[in-house]
Amino acid sequence: MISLRGLVKQFPGGVRAIDDLDLEIAGGEFLALLGPSGCGKTTLLRTIAGLETPTAGRVGIGGRDVTALPPGRRDVAMVFQDYALFPHMDVAANIAYPLRVKRVGRAERRARAAATADRLGLSGLLERRPAQLSGGQQQRVALARAIACRPRAFLFDEPLSNLDARLRLTARTFLKRLQRELSVTTVFVTHDQGEALALADRVAVMSGGRLAQVGTPAEVFQRPLTTFVASFIGATPMNLLPGRAEGGALLVAGARLTPPGPARGLPDGEPVTYGVRPEYADLSFEPREDGFPGRVGVVENMGTALLVTLEPAGGGDGPLVQVVVPEEGGEPALGTPAWAVPRTSRALVYREGRLLGAPVAPAPASAEPTA
Amino acid sequence: MVRHVLARLGVTAFVAVLLGFFALPMLWLATAPFDAGASIRVSVPEFTLANFRALLVNPFAVGSLVNSAVQAGGAAALVVVLAALAAYALSRVQVPGRDLLLYLLLLMSSIVTGTAAMVPIFELATRLNLIDTHLGVILVVSGGLLPAAIFILKDFTDATPASYEESARVFGASPLQILRHVVVPLIRPGLATIAVWTVANVWGGFLLQFILIRDPGLAPGSVILYTLYTEGGQPDLPLVSAFSLVYSLPVVLMYVFVSGRYGFRFHGGIKR
Repeated sequence: MISLRGLVKQFPGGVRAIDDLDLEIAGGEFLALLGPSGCGKTTLLRTIAGLETPTAGRVGIGGRDVTALPPGRRDVAMVFQDYALFPHMDVAANIAYPLRVKRVGRAERRARAAATADRLGLSGLLERRPAQLSGGQQQRVALARAIACRPRAFLFDEPLSNLDARLRLTARTFLKRLQRELSVTTVFVTHDQGEALALADRVAVMSGGRLAQVGTPAEVFQRPLTTFVASFIGATPMNLLPGRAEGGALLVAGARLTPPGPARGLPDGEPVTYGVRPEYADLSFEPREDGFPGRVGVVENMGTALLVTLEPAGGGDGPLVQVVVPEEGGEPALGTPAWAVPRTSRALVYREGRLLGAPVAPAPASAEPTA
Repeated sequence: MVRHVLARLGVTAFVAVLLGFFALPMLWLATAPFDAGASIRVSVPEFTLANFRALLVNPFAVGSLVNSAVQAGGAAALVVVLAALAAYALSRVQVPGRDLLLYLLLLMSSIVTGTAAMVPIFELATRLNLIDTHLGVILVVSGGLLPAAIFILKDFTDATPASYEESARVFGASPLQILRHVVVPLIRPGLATIAVWTVANVWGGFLLQFILIRDPGLAPGSVILYTLYTEGGQPDLPLVSAFSLVYSLPVVLMYVFVSGRYGFRFHGGIKR
C-alpha cells in the first residue's frame, strides 16, 4: 500500500508539478494516474519511486515512511516508457539484473530469470539482445525484470504507449491479468483515458499538479465531478453546453430541458453547464422541444455506431453537439435538420465547473472549463 | 580527345609524385632496417638482419621498449579511469559554468604539456622527487591528455539515456555499480578510443620524457632513438632504422586490434 500526504514538488524554475496532494492506494490495488501531458503524473510516479525528492510532504510504502530513502531501498520496481532495457545484456541478464544488484548467486539468478521469462512467454528469447526483440517482447522483458525482484509495488510509466494500437490492446489485457495474479500494488501513469478505465481498479485524474477526481472507472466515467474530468474521460468527449435555469427548466442551446434530480430548484437565470455524453443522447429528425436543434454537419463511422456532429441550424461556427447513433439506421444525409435529445437520467449539470449534487467536494477546481 | 588523355596523364603523374613524396619515408622504414649499408637514401637493400642483432646488444634499446610500455600503459589506465569518472559526473550533474570549465581545461591542457611550461614542470617534478621515475612521466602526460579525453568521453556519456541509470537505481544499484554495469559497457567504444589515443600519444612523445628522465635505463624508446650515434658522432642509421621499425610495430598492431574489436561495431545500444 502506498500513502501520499501533503505532497509538493516544486522544480528550481518555480514550476509546481505536484501541488499539495493526498492519496491512499490500497494494498494490491491497481491505480491509474491519468491526465494530460504536463499535469504532474509522471513527476508523481517518480516521486513515489524516489527519483525525485519532494519539496514537502511524506511518501509511505507498505506502512513505512520512505520519504528519505533512496530509490533502491524502497522495494519498488519501475517500468519506463522506453523500457530502459540494458542493450549490452541479453534478455536473461536483463531480467536477472535486480537480483545481481542484490547479490543473488549466478545459478539462482539464471533459474529465476528463466522462470519469470517462461511465465511471460519469453522462454525462447533468453539469449537475445533487446535490439533483436519486437516492441511487445521488449515490453514483456521490462515487465519480467520488474516482477523478478518481487517488489512491494509496481510503478509503470506509460508502458504501453510505444506499442502499436493492436498490440496495445493485447498487452493491456495481459497486464491486467498479470496484476490480478500477482496482486501487487500498482501505479500506472497514462494519458490515455481508455487505458486507465480498462485497467485500473481506481482512476486518479490529475490536472495542474492536483487530483481532479479519484474514483472507480465507472464513477469517473458516469459522474465526472468537474467539467475538466468530463471533457477528458470518454472515447468521444462529453457535450458540455452553456445554459441557464428558468421556471424549473433548463434553457440550453435552443432546447428546453427537464433538469436531472440534483439540478432541480435552481434560481431563475442561474448560469449552468449542461453535460451529456454522445452515447447518452438520441437523434430525432422531428422537431422536439427537449432536443438541441441543428443540422447534420459531419458523420463519422466508428464501425458499430456512427458519430454524428450537429452544427447550429442558423449557420454559426463550430460544432454544436455530438451524438452516437446505431449504424442500423444508415448514415443521415449531410445538412438534414436534426434534434439531439439528451436522456435526462444520464445528463449532468455543472455550476462553476463543478457537478451539482456531487457527494463530496472535489479538489479545488484548477480545471480549466472546457466547452 | 588528345587533350583529355593529356589531362588524365597530367593528373595521374601529379598524384604519383604526391604519393611518392609521402610514401618514401615509409619505404625507407621498410628497406633500411634490412640493408647492410643503410643510409638516408632509399635503395634496394643488401639484405641482412645484422642491424636487428646490433639492436639486441645495445644496452638500452630493449629496456626502453619496456619503459615505453610501462609509461604508455600507466598513462592510458589513469586517463581512461579518471576521464570516465569525470565525463560521467559532468554529463549527469548540473554544475554552473560546466561548459566554460570544460573549454578552459581544454585550452589549459595544450599549455601544460606544451614547451612553454617545461621549465615549471621540471621544477615541480624535481621538488616532488618525480625526476627519473615512471610515475612522474605518467602523471604529467596524463594531466595534459585528460581534458581532451574528458571532452571526447562526455559526448558518449551524454548519449546514454538517463532512464538506463534510473532503472538501475530503482533496482538498488549504487552509483559505482551503475557505472560498472551500465555506463562503462555502453561507452566502451569511447573508452577504447581514449586508451588507444593515449598510448599513441605517450609512445610517440619525446620532449616531456626527455626532460623528466635523465637515467637512460628508464628512458622510453622515443628518447633512446635520439641517442643512437656512432663513435664518430654521426647518427647510426642502420640502428636507427631497425629501432624505428621495431618501435612503430606495437602501435600499428594496437590500432589493428582495437579497430577490429571496436572500430566499426556498436552493439545496438547507443544508437537507437
